[in-house]
Amino acid sequence: MSVLRNSLQRATRQKLFLPIFCMVLVLLINLMKSASFFSIAINNGVLYGRLIDILNRGSEIAILAVGQTLVVAVSAGTDISVGSVMSLSACGCCTLLAGYGVNSTSTLVMPMALGMLGGVLLGGLCGAFNGVLVANLKIQPMVATLILFTAARAIGLLLCDNQITYIRYDPYKYLGNFIPGIPIPTAIFVTIAVISVAALFLRKTSLGLYIQSVGVNSRAAHISGINSGWICFLCYLICGLCSGIAGIVASSRIYSADSNNIGLNFELDAILAVALGGNSLAGGKFTLAGSIIGAYTIQAITTTLLAMGVSTDQAPVVKAIIVVIIVVVQAPVFRDWIGNRSARKLTIAKVAAESGSGEGVA
Amino acid sequence: MEEQILITMRDITKTFPGVVALDHAQLTLRKGEIHALMGENGAGKSTIIKCLTGVYERDAGEIHMAGIEGNIFNHSTQEAQKIGIATVYQEVNLCPNLSVAENLFIGREPRTKLGMVDWKVMNRKARKIMDDLKIRLDVTNILENYSLAIQQMVAIARAVDMDCKVLILDEPTSSLDDTEVAKLFHLMRGLKKKGVGILFVTHFLEQVYEVCDRITVMRNGKFVNEYDVAELPRMQLVAAMLGKDFDDLATIKPEGASAAGGELVVEARNLSHKGTIKPFDFEIRKGEVVGVTGLLGSGRSEMVRCIYGVDRAQTGTEKMHGKDLKINAPIDSIKAGMGFLPDDRKADGCFAELSVRENIILALQARQGLFHTLPMAKQNELADQFIDLLQIKTPSRETPLSQLSGGNQQKVILARWLCTHPDFLILDEPTRGIDIGTKTEFQRLVLKFASEGMSIVFISSEIDEMLRTCSRMCVMRDGAKVGEIDGEMTQESVMAAIAGGEQQ
Amino acid sequence: MSGKDQLDRAKRGIDSNTLLLFITIALFVVMYAVGCIVYSGKGFAHVQTFLNLFITNAGLICVACGMTCVMLTGGIDISVGSLIAMDCMILAYGMGVKGYPSIPLLVFVLTVGIVFGFVQGFLVGYLQIQPFIVTMAGLFFARGMTAVICTDQISITEKANPTFYAWANAKIYLPAFLGYTNNRGKVQIPFIRPTVIIALVTVVVIFLLLKYTKFGRALYAVGGNETSAAMMGLNVKRTKLMAYVLSSFLCSIGGICYCLNTMSGSVQQAKGFEMDAIASAVIGGTLLTGGVGNVIGSLFGVQITGTIHTLVTTNGKLLSSWANIATAALLCFFIVLQSVFAYVKNRSK
Repeated sequence: MSVLRNSLQRATRQKLFLPIFCMVLVLLINLMKSASFFSIAINNGVLYGRLIDILNRGSEIAILAVGQTLVVAVSAGTDISVGSVMSLSACGCCTLLAGYGVNSTSTLVMPMALGMLGGVLLGGLCGAFNGVLVANLKIQPMVATLILFTAARAIGLLLCDNQITYIRYDPYKYLGNFIPGIPIPTAIFVTIAVISVAALFLRKTSLGLYIQSVGVNSRAAHISGINSGWICFLCYLICGLCSGIAGIVASSRIYSADSNNIGLNFELDAILAVALGGNSLAGGKFTLAGSIIGAYTIQAITTTLLAMGVSTDQAPVVKAIIVVIIVVVQAPVFRDWIGNRSARKLTIAKVAAESGSGEGVA
Repeated sequence: MEEQILITMRDITKTFPGVVALDHAQLTLRKGEIHALMGENGAGKSTIIKCLTGVYERDAGEIHMAGIEGNIFNHSTQEAQKIGIATVYQEVNLCPNLSVAENLFIGREPRTKLGMVDWKVMNRKARKIMDDLKIRLDVTNILENYSLAIQQMVAIARAVDMDCKVLILDEPTSSLDDTEVAKLFHLMRGLKKKGVGILFVTHFLEQVYEVCDRITVMRNGKFVNEYDVAELPRMQLVAAMLGKDFDDLATIKPEGASAAGGELVVEARNLSHKGTIKPFDFEIRKGEVVGVTGLLGSGRSEMVRCIYGVDRAQTGTEKMHGKDLKINAPIDSIKAGMGFLPDDRKADGCFAELSVRENIILALQARQGLFHTLPMAKQNELADQFIDLLQIKTPSRETPLSQLSGGNQQKVILARWLCTHPDFLILDEPTRGIDIGTKTEFQRLVLKFASEGMSIVFISSEIDEMLRTCSRMCVMRDGAKVGEIDGEMTQESVMAAIAGGEQQ
Repeated sequence: MSGKDQLDRAKRGIDSNTLLLFITIALFVVMYAVGCIVYSGKGFAHVQTFLNLFITNAGLICVACGMTCVMLTGGIDISVGSLIAMDCMILAYGMGVKGYPSIPLLVFVLTVGIVFGFVQGFLVGYLQIQPFIVTMAGLFFARGMTAVICTDQISITEKANPTFYAWANAKIYLPAFLGYTNNRGKVQIPFIRPTVIIALVTVVVIFLLLKYTKFGRALYAVGGNETSAAMMGLNVKRTKLMAYVLSSFLCSIGGICYCLNTMSGSVQQAKGFEMDAIASAVIGGTLLTGGVGNVIGSLFGVQITGTIHTLVTTNGKLLSSWANIATAALLCFFIVLQSVFAYVKNRSK
């Protein structure tokens, strides 16, 4: 009994316990509902199956989660503009490739890579804008990002001349779908690339340490010689770039720039991924791995909900409730309350035991 | 004269986990007197006040108040206020965005028959209160538009209007200039005539002698004595506050302490930071240990913060190794070879959630820059080396700093700076709140590093400590550097310098 | 009055908060004047165009009042747009599909608002979770619930609910001397709709509430300095809770006004409305840090955002997203302005 409890306690204290636990829980529920959940088949030369679908569709969230994790860690605030920025960079990319005002095209006006790069940079620009507001002007992160939360999508619409720009050029579809001859969705490769670059960057440079120290105690970080403002700015910049990449992938899936629908509700998913990853929304220490597992968990939840007949419009209800539960559990006030309660129970038990034994002696 | 006594606190004891904050402390406050409560850091001044005002609940002891039967227990500041005990803090606890009148009446606004706030009556009443206290201001104006001194006075006026018999002023003068202080004292004297007992906490000796009738001195959570101001020379007051009880550590006196011939390491001319420290000069030679002494709030921390560049100097020049040094941010001073262990460990030093290793290598890493990460092996080696050297008691180098005791946290932060091999290290109260054994260790280490050629500034509230380690001392008083002492230093000569005034 | 008092008064003259409000009013006048000159041919200068500002923005006025109350405490409520969508959907679904009578539905909508605000307020006030996170969850929850009720667009027709239809189309004419002759030479008497009355009553009530009640003053005190407010004996947690309840309640009133204007409910309704409400409050001089602001300023804020929308639609050629961009840019400008003012203030101390 006690051995079991001990090992259980040790397991729950692991950094990645929460994300892995949630992931397993979601998968188990799916398994119980339908055994075919885990089956993977090859249709038309590409991999096919629920799991593949989750990995594929979860790409954008995972990419966003990378940036969002850094932002949360460094500033104890979240970037709520990520979804809109995705849409903006998609629109920017499509407009660059098709030319302004063109509704549908099969020939590109510039090299595809250049257009995509432009889109990503547009995301970076948005990130830089947020970064300046937060790091230099000391505006609360969420208010600062609220500006682009509405504006970015609107600017995207302007870039596309208020229509949906279609790029009917096959290679453009590769990123969000399949490269001929390769059975694995390309988006998974993109995600792996982004995560590897981020992980490599965090491992090879001291950025991770800097971000955590600024997030934990920015005054002490300043005294220890770290330029807190610059680090904060950098995180927002990276977050913007990630949104840009995610936007391009999302756009490639539908080979168009649908400003109203690309990245819709993704800000919630990204924040939820960070929270589910076991990272405190109050900033400080972070684990990138947790956020990424969190991201796929979110996608698994979404997929499950869709499979249960819940529409994409309705899914946010469930996610909003999950967010609330996580932040409530994380809230220090709540923890103190729980702590006090169990402490009180313990004292009552103790007192009872003592008085009981006292009577026994008497 | 017994009926004149307003409050008696006897045998007050309060412990926090691991610390005895108050040990049988006592305090007596009489009607119509201004009573100074003095003591250095950790003396227990604020704890005893918080026990009185209900912020803390005492473990043991009695509090009696004139006109109230029996032992008093306050559970909140509101309860204390109800029986007439009000507190005004250094940071004014009012709402800066509301009008003066509202600040006087919020929570108890006069209301019309319809239950609406009656602004007319409120402003009229407020004007009357202010007139009675002879404070001239427009009560409908926003509080923010007035100086801090006026804000303090509004806070006091609020307390007085709520029928307070005991007024506690917790360092109200720390951020006021001379004319503002004079205004405040005028008000205090007025209240004194009305029979209010005022408990005045301050670090400024001048002010105590100007306005107070009686002094209670505390040290290390204990009551030292109560004195009549008129009968107590400054020297004796400082002695009482700092204590003269030598511990048995006097053996580690530096040999060949003076490094007069050495190379000039840091040279600062005319540095100042508006509002915290007036212009000062400072220099230190290779291998020298210089103390900065003065009471808390005298500007000793502010001076070193200015040298290091946490508070950017607004005037003056700084040279290091003879070369001009322009400090925009601490990274510049780190690159030049400085290190700074701040006095507020929790707010300015600790990264509580990060591991011991990360805490140790942080400053070195910051100096190396973002792209020159120390290899993990090197990091581990450094961490182990310093855990060993400073005998840091930690389960492992990956333990979060928050799980270490205060003394060990302090050692970790010291290690952070030693890692960078500074030529010039500032230690601001490195020994505060840590046990006596570790204190000695710190002193030994300071001397060891100095003998290896490091220049060190050492600040401590305990003169003994500095006498044992420093070869020279800068004396600070009231936000300015007032002189230096070197040569034969004794407790008496240092205290005389700190006390200033009639002694010189 | 002594010389010093006068000096203090003079100092108050250049108070940064007053300056902000002044900028807002000046901006409104300038914008409207520019509109009148540029689009004089399109009837921009007519009294009715001005009144239409109130008619189309009646809902926004109510919501901005609630937003102001929340922002006074130093918080924020970004759930308002979704809550309006949910309210509209409840009304549209209830009347259009189920055929329920209007009064019980309106009561239900207001109750939903109160409950919604209570949950958000409890999380913010008592569990001390960041208001942004809480109301963001609220934003997605309410939007999702709208879709749960119904994913289609539902219109409220005259057949479905004649009473509600009559309310929506009721015109209240202003005195005849304000009348003007339109392009076709016909005399038009300017009118307003019942929603305008609701909105203006809300403004007056909230103005009085903020100025003359203990609760109103507590909102300012909490926003000014939370610790101080607590030490002066105010119940900070309850005050915050009530602020969010008030915000969501006013938002539901705003939702009803909005529904009376659109007569429909859909998932996509009132998207980005939170932006308009926050922008209105901020432009109207409410500080993001809390403690400063009033509903009169917010009313002007609404008129400014409203004028932007009107200008864009009057132009006819501009895309509607220009209005969003302009509002966001204006919000950005005022936030930066606030930040700069705060910096200058700190410097001068």
